[in-house]
Amino acid sequence: MSPRRWALPVYAVAALVLLPLSVLVLSWQAVDLQIWSHLWETQLPRLLGNTLMLVLGVGIGVTLLGVSLAWLTSLCEFPGRRWLDWALMLPFAIPAYVLAFVFVGLLDFAGPVQSLLREWFGSGLRWPRVRSTGGVIIVLVLVFYPYVYLLARTAFLAQGKGLMEAARVLGQSPWQAFWRVALPMARPAIGAGVALALMETLADFGAVSVFNFDTFTTVIYKTWYGFFSLSSAAQLASLLLLVVMLLLYGERRARGADHAGSERPRLGALYQLRGLKAWAATSWCLLVFACAFAIPLLQLLVWCWQRGRFDLDERYSALILHTLYLGALAALVTVTVALLLAFARRFSPTWGIRSGVGLANLGYALPGSVLAVAIMLAFSYLDRVLVVPVSSWLGGAGRPLLLGSLAALLLAYLVRFMAVAYGPLESSLARIRPSLPEAARSLGAGNATVLGRIYLPLLVPGMLSAALLVFVDVLKEMPATLLMRPFGWDTLAVRIFEMTSEGEWARASLPALTLVAVGLLPVIGLIRRSAQGAGRSS
Amino acid sequence: MACKRILAALALTLCGSHALAADEVVVYSSRIDELIKPVFDAYTAQTGVKVKFITDKEAPLMQRIKAEGSNATADLLLTVDAGNLWQAEQMGILQPIESPVIDANIPPQYRSSSHAWTGLSLRARTIAYATDRVQPQELSTYEALADKQWEGRLCLRTAKKVYNQSLTATLIETHGAEKTEQILKGWVNNLSTDVFSDDIAVLEAIAAGQCDVGIVNTYYYGRLHKQKPDLPIKLFWPNQADRGVHVNLSGIGLTQHAPHAAAAKALVEWMTGADAQRIFADTNQEFPANPHVEPSAEVASWGKFKADSLPVEVAGKRQAEAIRLMDRAGWN
Repeated sequence: MSPRRWALPVYAVAALVLLPLSVLVLSWQAVDLQIWSHLWETQLPRLLGNTLMLVLGVGIGVTLLGVSLAWLTSLCEFPGRRWLDWALMLPFAIPAYVLAFVFVGLLDFAGPVQSLLREWFGSGLRWPRVRSTGGVIIVLVLVFYPYVYLLARTAFLAQGKGLMEAARVLGQSPWQAFWRVALPMARPAIGAGVALALMETLADFGAVSVFNFDTFTTVIYKTWYGFFSLSSAAQLASLLLLVVMLLLYGERRARGADHAGSERPRLGALYQLRGLKAWAATSWCLLVFACAFAIPLLQLLVWCWQRGRFDLDERYSALILHTLYLGALAALVTVTVALLLAFARRFSPTWGIRSGVGLANLGYALPGSVLAVAIMLAFSYLDRVLVVPVSSWLGGAGRPLLLGSLAALLLAYLVRFMAVAYGPLESSLARIRPSLPEAARSLGAGNATVLGRIYLPLLVPGMLSAALLVFVDVLKEMPATLLMRPFGWDTLAVRIFEMTSEGEWARASLPALTLVAVGLLPVIGLIRRSAQGAGRSS
Repeated sequence: MACKRILAALALTLCGSHALAADEVVVYSSRIDELIKPVFDAYTAQTGVKVKFITDKEAPLMQRIKAEGSNATADLLLTVDAGNLWQAEQMGILQPIESPVIDANIPPQYRSSSHAWTGLSLRARTIAYATDRVQPQELSTYEALADKQWEGRLCLRTAKKVYNQSLTATLIETHGAEKTEQILKGWVNNLSTDVFSDDIAVLEAIAAGQCDVGIVNTYYYGRLHKQKPDLPIKLFWPNQADRGVHVNLSGIGLTQHAPHAAAAKALVEWMTGADAQRIFADTNQEFPANPHVEPSAEVASWGKFKADSLPVEVAGKRQAEAIRLMDRAGWN
């Protein structure tokens, strides 16, 4: 296709993302100095400090956990490796706000663990504060490490056997080989995973508010919900967006060229761990799995048995169906559009198209509610200036169509999760060498044939990964679903919101448990995919 | 052909949310599904009028009403706390309901002075204490919780919750900013641990012995008490010798461009009547805003008290001031 034909769809998607973003930028027209000076004097220094500590802590934490676990499960052999390999991905199905309330409910002063300890050892027992900076960091690391784990694992698997063997022949110990060969080669993948985890951290509101830990995002909400100044909140959010853009730019610059996929994939483990080392590897993986998945799941089950199960009524099947339906539709729409962008970027990498694609991926970085309200404002604007006049001109009722419709909600998911779908697609497209389609063309194949018989089959693993990621993210998504769902479209996440907003953590266990169960299958599919995807890398 | 029909059907599902029906009312609610559905179901059973609703936090809902403007979907905004209702009124998204029925059912201090909204149920924000470590004689007023005697014994919820902002607003109205700041600083100084994210957590901390007193909404106590009948906590009604206990409400207002204004007005009038008041208040263990309706036996068992007679809209007027003051006092 010619560059001009690619340009139109790319610019259309970019404009869709630009619409809510411009709502944020336009908020700077009027600045409320009273609010700003108050925030500056009493809040911002403390919150910026908190946010910085959180980002540092989570960044270091997810790197350590993600890389060490990926290294162990992809290159070593030890007892339990086979199932831990995919089990360590399961925490991805648990939303951050759920792990947060389980963690606090279980471990805080009034929770069962401390109560039991006080019964055994008396009330003089000192216990580290649970609702603290450390506590928040631990929870966020446990929910977000799967991003790094998934990407690092794929990168390690794709590195192939030859290089590590060469390192070994050259007299490098496994540790030296790790530091000097495997790690530098996997750096782009690790960087991308950490970037995703940090974007989620910066945008998180649900988990930090369970801890009452104030971050920059907290002050955005406080400005809106307390001072009712949406414009000041939007100004703060646009600053956050600026920081994230710098972060992403830095990550892109530091990433350098992608090395993965230059070799035949390796079959079987490289290092057979024995004795103490094997046990240490097993216990480390088990410990993370227990803290991030098994124990929270058990606590949810206990709560569900005690309180949650009494809420189970005939409306529950509708909740589950809505959740699945929204997730599937959003995955379909988002992956299709992301595929379009990825093709455009490959076949017509002009400056305009590259910028358009970059812009289309920015939605992920914003706090969900801020993005949701910006999208809502943008859509209601479109309704006002476009839909209503056009429909009454056509002789219709002249009613708004976008806001409150399923289409608007799907567009909102598209804006929010484009980056999630685009990443896997871009990298699997990058693995298709240009010589392959060229050979097909020289054999007389037309555009459609090349697309249908070369590109699409090779892109299937990437498309599936992208679809599964979007699906699970949409299941967990809360603010946009709350604000833009059509009447009667309550989902599991909506039910969790309703329960936690009333402080009813034990009763939130039923929708939370159901949500995790619904998300588990796609996550298992994801990890299977990623192993095969690495296998197809060359 | 078939393809075209499928497309048309799909377009209808995707965009067909705005069909207008005569006998329905649309409510945007920050009160959750299980607390509003029973009363709406009862209305539909009685009158045949359908009530459609969505739930979300109040600020996004208000913004949505404002954004929809004259293309409004919502007829009514149902939310908690006079502070929020006052804000909605200021945003210009509500219109007055002139109704002798409502005026007769709900006392004036629980309504907007411009008739933009009316209260539906009442809750007191009061002191809860551990029965095994505190004698009720030691307690007297909200202000006294700032005294040295409570150092390291107080639990509070976060200042980001509007309930605390409204309580602070009424303190400012009574004592002025300077004295209120001292009181808040005293409270913060007396905290036994970091503030909690919800009232249930405050009550559980008192029960577990992390602190001895706290300030909570009555219905949270009611819920926990129902769940754990041997809860070692009781409610105390402060300030009985002066202005009375701080009372707030859940309330409802008619939106500026309500598409079914007449039907919505009829629903609100019905909701202030005896049948609806009983269901609405009892589902959440609150006090009916209609003084002719008795609270449930459980709620009545907490005892009678003198309520602060300040018009609740003060909470809205002073909300921003209250937040700034809480920030200065270090109440997070």
